[in-house]
Amino acid sequence: MIIQALSFYLFAFVAVAAAVMVISARNPVHSVLFLILAFFNAAGLFVLIGAEFIAMILVVVYVGAVAVLFLFVVMMLDISFAELRQGFLQYLPIGGLVGVVLLAELMMIGGTWIFAPAASTVKANPTPAIDKTTNTEAIGNILYTDYIYLFQGAGLVLLVAMVGAIVLTLRARPGVRKQKISDQINRRPEDAIEVKKVQSGSGI
Amino acid sequence: MFEIGLAHYLGVAAILFTLGIFGIFLNRKNVIIILMSVELILLAVNINLVAFSVHLQDLTGQIFAMLVLTVAAAEAAIGLAIIVVYFRNRGTIAVEDINLMKG
Repeated sequence: MIIQALSFYLFAFVAVAAAVMVISARNPVHSVLFLILAFFNAAGLFVLIGAEFIAMILVVVYVGAVAVLFLFVVMMLDISFAELRQGFLQYLPIGGLVGVVLLAELMMIGGTWIFAPAASTVKANPTPAIDKTTNTEAIGNILYTDYIYLFQGAGLVLLVAMVGAIVLTLRARPGVRKQKISDQINRRPEDAIEVKKVQSGSGI
Repeated sequence: MFEIGLAHYLGVAAILFTLGIFGIFLNRKNVIIILMSVELILLAVNINLVAFSVHLQDLTGQIFAMLVLTVAAAEAAIGLAIIVVYFRNRGTIAVEDINLMKG
């Protein structure tokens, strides 16, 4: 039990510290790296609480895809980030005020709030015992049956996002010679060749 | 203290959420950091969903966390694509320069 508590505090502390560094690091590349650290520690928290599948998905999707995407974009854009940091201290008081108020409100909710008595009796999908089914298997059992439409919808969202990102960033640069296969295939002999009768003894 | 329960996870999630909001205020000019702060907020929401899911012994919360994750990934992809296009057209991504539509 004490190991679990110590692990929790370790993961939680590192996650929060990394989140602080994400928003306060001078260099955005460092911000992205701290974001990755925060995601890893959140995944550790999820493993600790017994949601292994979400933890692994978090590592794969957030660290493997989203954070690397951020890293690419930060490194690809040639921006003077020092310029963007001006006004950092100017916004500190108002941001700090909003943050403190928000945190106080959240803590107040956490302090006074209780579960409805019926909350434990109205489970939509009770978690099966861990010795019967693993977390991943249990999620798969309901994700591909009861929630298949949501699953397909999530896939559709990703497809639309992918197509949208490609449409946004794709550009046809003028002056670049590329092979246009459809034009080549559509070319007919009539367009390309002209047959002329040549009188013998005279030029064309 | 050493009994880790729902409240501990909710506390971590609340702190992460607040840091995300704080980050948006702090980095008013840098839209990339703002997007990262949004990711932190969504991570906090995910921690909440999973903590409640485990506490109530109901798997629905974990399904929901996956859907939130999907939307977060899509949002990051589209947001970064917009940033790249904007930078290509204007040569800057400072937030206060983004006022073409005078909204």
